[in-house]
Amino acid sequence: MTGPALVLVLAVAVLFAAGFNLLMERSLIRIVIGFMLLGHGANVLLLLAGGAAGSPPLLGGKSERPMADPLPQAMVLTAIVITFGVTAFLLALAFRSRILLGEDEVRDDVEDRRVHTGQRRQEPWAGGDAEADPLEENTEQESAEPGRTQQKTTGQADTGPGDTGHGDGAKGGGA
Amino acid sequence: MGFALGGVAGGMVTLVLAYAVVAVLLPWALGRHRRVMACAAAVLPAVTAIWAVAHAGGGVLTEQVSWAADLGLSIDFRLDALSIVMLLLIGGVGAVALCYAGWYLERSEALMIGTLVAFAGAMTGLVLADNLLVLYVFWELTTLSSFILIGTTRPERAEDRRAATQALLTTTAFGLLMLAGFVLLGQTAGTYQISALLADPPGGAAAEAGLVLVLLGAFAKSGQVPLHAWLPAAMVAPSPVSAYLHAAAMVKAGVYLVARFSPAFADTGLWRPAVVCAGLVSLLVGGVIALRQDDLKALLAYGTISQLGFLMVLFGHGTRTAALAGAALLLAHGLFKAPLFLAAGVVEHEAGTRRAGELSGMGRRLPVTAVAAAVAVASMIGLPPLLGFLAKEAAFEAFAHGGWDAVVLAGIVAGSVLTTAYGVRFMHGAFRGGEGPVRIADPWGMAVPLAVPAAAGFVLGFLYGPLQKMIAPYADALGADDGYKLALWHGLKLPLALSALAIAAGVALFLAAGRRYPATPVRWPVPNGQRGYNRTARGILVGAHAVTKWTQVGSLPVYLGVIGATVLVVPGTALVVAMAGDGSPDVAGYVLRGWDDPVQSVLGVVVIVCGVAALLTRRRLSAALLMGGVGYAIGGLFVAQGAPDLALTHLVVETLLLITLVLVLRRFPDRFPPRRRKRSAKIATGVISVGLGGFIATFLMVAALSRTDRPTGPGYAELAAEEGADNIVNMILVETRALDTLGEITVVAVASMGVIGLVLSGRRVPRAPDGKPRAGEPEGDDRGRRSWLASPGRPALGVTPMVPAAAAARLLSPAILVFSVYLLIAGHNRPGGGFVAGLVAAMAYVLRYLPGGRRELAAAMPVRPGVLLGGGLGLAVATGAAGWGFGGFPDGDFLASEVLLYTVPVLGEIKLSTSLFFDVGVYLLVLGLVLTILTTLGASLDENVLEEDVPEESGTGAGGPADGGASEGARP
Repeated sequence: MTGPALVLVLAVAVLFAAGFNLLMERSLIRIVIGFMLLGHGANVLLLLAGGAAGSPPLLGGKSERPMADPLPQAMVLTAIVITFGVTAFLLALAFRSRILLGEDEVRDDVEDRRVHTGQRRQEPWAGGDAEADPLEENTEQESAEPGRTQQKTTGQADTGPGDTGHGDGAKGGGA
Repeated sequence: MGFALGGVAGGMVTLVLAYAVVAVLLPWALGRHRRVMACAAAVLPAVTAIWAVAHAGGGVLTEQVSWAADLGLSIDFRLDALSIVMLLLIGGVGAVALCYAGWYLERSEALMIGTLVAFAGAMTGLVLADNLLVLYVFWELTTLSSFILIGTTRPERAEDRRAATQALLTTTAFGLLMLAGFVLLGQTAGTYQISALLADPPGGAAAEAGLVLVLLGAFAKSGQVPLHAWLPAAMVAPSPVSAYLHAAAMVKAGVYLVARFSPAFADTGLWRPAVVCAGLVSLLVGGVIALRQDDLKALLAYGTISQLGFLMVLFGHGTRTAALAGAALLLAHGLFKAPLFLAAGVVEHEAGTRRAGELSGMGRRLPVTAVAAAVAVASMIGLPPLLGFLAKEAAFEAFAHGGWDAVVLAGIVAGSVLTTAYGVRFMHGAFRGGEGPVRIADPWGMAVPLAVPAAAGFVLGFLYGPLQKMIAPYADALGADDGYKLALWHGLKLPLALSALAIAAGVALFLAAGRRYPATPVRWPVPNGQRGYNRTARGILVGAHAVTKWTQVGSLPVYLGVIGATVLVVPGTALVVAMAGDGSPDVAGYVLRGWDDPVQSVLGVVVIVCGVAALLTRRRLSAALLMGGVGYAIGGLFVAQGAPDLALTHLVVETLLLITLVLVLRRFPDRFPPRRRKRSAKIATGVISVGLGGFIATFLMVAALSRTDRPTGPGYAELAAEEGADNIVNMILVETRALDTLGEITVVAVASMGVIGLVLSGRRVPRAPDGKPRAGEPEGDDRGRRSWLASPGRPALGVTPMVPAAAAARLLSPAILVFSVYLLIAGHNRPGGGFVAGLVAAMAYVLRYLPGGRRELAAAMPVRPGVLLGGGLGLAVATGAAGWGFGGFPDGDFLASEVLLYTVPVLGEIKLSTSLFFDVGVYLLVLGLVLTILTTLGASLDENVLEEDVPEESGTGAGGPADGGASEGARP
């Protein structure tokens, strides 16, 4: 049983730790660098997990050492090219972010922040309409364009026969 | 091929497939002629009905299409008496409703007609399916058609959208519960075939729970109280849709399911009490609410809920006479409720409203419609000699035996009283009043289709003999009782008395409480399913909001940290526990050692140092260079590991990546933005990262030391020897795992397209307006004037043209291209192959671009990169498809390789494997990827540099990252 050499295991550990640390940064270029480090780490990990070093997996070679396992090599080979393609894609993303936002920093998602701080897009008037469709309360404001006559009727429209109305649901939704 | 279709495919499969074809082709072919289209669409349902009648009284037909036999998946169809009754309804009412739609709709609604045909097909499949999963698929197809049909006419109206969504959400939510029930039943019984399951019904708690779930799905589909709110809301749909889906066919699906399962399950556990109670509640509640409606279609909708409850009672009871009554009422209800909906549609069409309070004199204007509606109402309230009377007589007879049945009997008599009352209210509300001469204005295109089912309800009342024959096989399966037969005259017995009582009391009730439009408000609470739905929907939204509030903080680092921490906590803990327990690897033979080869230690240290430095550096360019250090060192490690192909590919990729990084970093400031992170956050990220590194390292050691099986890799050596390929890695890539490689190069192609989209989208074509060359470029256009050694242009990095370097690149690049072709062909036996050859070929273009700039690249590039990407992928796929060609289509394997032998005059015999073509595809695609990067991240960014940075950089002489600060300042 021959496990991997310690220096290689240590290298994998450092690649993953540094890569993940960079991934949690906010600069997109740092994130790309972190992604590349993770990619290197994963490739070496795959290769080491596949077995010990050996002679190149070429037939007809004359070597006393046993042949290295070709299967992880084939997997890593495609992984390298894919990592290349994806890294280029990430770089293009970073470039686009810089063009559009003037910086390459990942900001907090505005919508998420709003939900998190408890604000809702919904205005109080929407909550007062007991017959309003709970699924459309958030979008009602957008559809209320001037000149659309049906908006006037929506309020009193027949929202299902037998409805006697209720005034609690919408307030519950606004909590 | 992963599956083979086989088995006995005959009429039923063809029928369902025909619906699918017609639903697509008909609107496409006849979409401009709405009436022709509607009538043509009605043909197939009519054929279905005739086909069903032709099989009435015959034996059971079965068909099976085996799909994935190993998984027990097959498509079973079965035609029996119950299916025939349903098919008669689906086909007959479908044909009528489709004809009617041609005259009812104001404009050509191709989508609606097509969807109606598709719905009819789904419904046909549903009642023919003999497999729980197949039934579920058709079940949800009907739900989807219902969603489209409710919402399609006026999607701009909030009410319509809401009704469509509500119908979809209610029926699919409970449909999913039903699926869970199907799985419980199927797993307990060991079969998903319905006939087999019913022949040997499973017992036990799991089967009971499954049945309850199935019943919930059936109740929601059939609008049983309190899950009924979607059905009245769905009345925003056009009348033919209401008549067909929400009266005759779709809402019967739940009833059908109960009818299908009752023979096996009525006597076990909860089935009979649950179904009968739910049915009675719906019968009475629906009737009471219907009696208070002003909107004609809403009245009919609540009436439908009530009648569906009646059907539930009859089928859920699971006795012979009740089943006989149920099957007759199933048919009768379709034949009277559909014309009533269609009549309400005519009234609305002619009067512009369907509110009873606003209508007057419609009976005089629309006499044919009124008479047809009257016949239908007569059938509904059970007047002899109509079909409804036959059914009601049988129903009263079925429960006329005392005991608990007496309670049910009282319930259905009360329900019949209500039915009579709201039936009369419908007639009175729709057609009352008016005086003086009026012009008769029955629209014939609508009046005729609605009169057909109403007349059928009348005629079938006399045809009780054949009717009995048709449905008897279903009812007789429930065991013999006193041998009751459907008939118009059974003598002066209790059922007849109860029928008379129900009609008399109903008319009295109408006179007492049903004559006002709108109904007088009452103080007692009206059951309101809509409120329940709204509350549930709001509750889910509030819950989702609360969950989102806690989980979505909006910060990417936090999300990643949570993911990392989860990896540490869940698999990390498992790893530690396993190592502490029995799972620890056998380390007896492991010799702890620093390195196998001294080179590894040096390279390993380089990787570690460069990696840590890349983490700590504050300058972007330094980080890029350090990444180069990491990459090259890893390439060296690959050599030491015995992976020359890998090392070759990796080194070329590293070079290209370094160049790409530098090209992109030209557009960024030199320094990273300062880290503004709190100390606690720094510690948290540090702990998570170090923990993950340690976890991965431990995992690697454990995995490597826990190996028990022999690796499969060396086995490929023999395979390679057979194939005559010496390079095993290449053989794995292009032959044994070629499908994986195909997937991977597809990813590469997609990533390249992403790059193109991200960089080039939304850009104006950069061209100097007056044809003058931009600053930094010499006069003259190089188009048409091919200079000998170098195109005059600005280099990618820097401003002054580097003519000697560009000339050298021109001289070198053909040699590089030739070398790449050598690598491609040699890859079969020596290190090389499509990936590395493509990368090397790309280096030739990189060499020409770097000193020569974008003009030089444009001059060098043979075709656009997109052509290479698409061509490469296409060639790889075509090679795969050729595998079919060699083996004959169904037998040959996708991506199978063949060895071709050619004798060429000069070169002698050439052995050519078709996998070489696959590798050429890979080669072209990889080349395309790099050229994409060069044109987008490279050359097109040059244009930006030219446009924006010229004033600042004119003195510096270096257009590299150093001027990033200036360009940042220029930005708003």
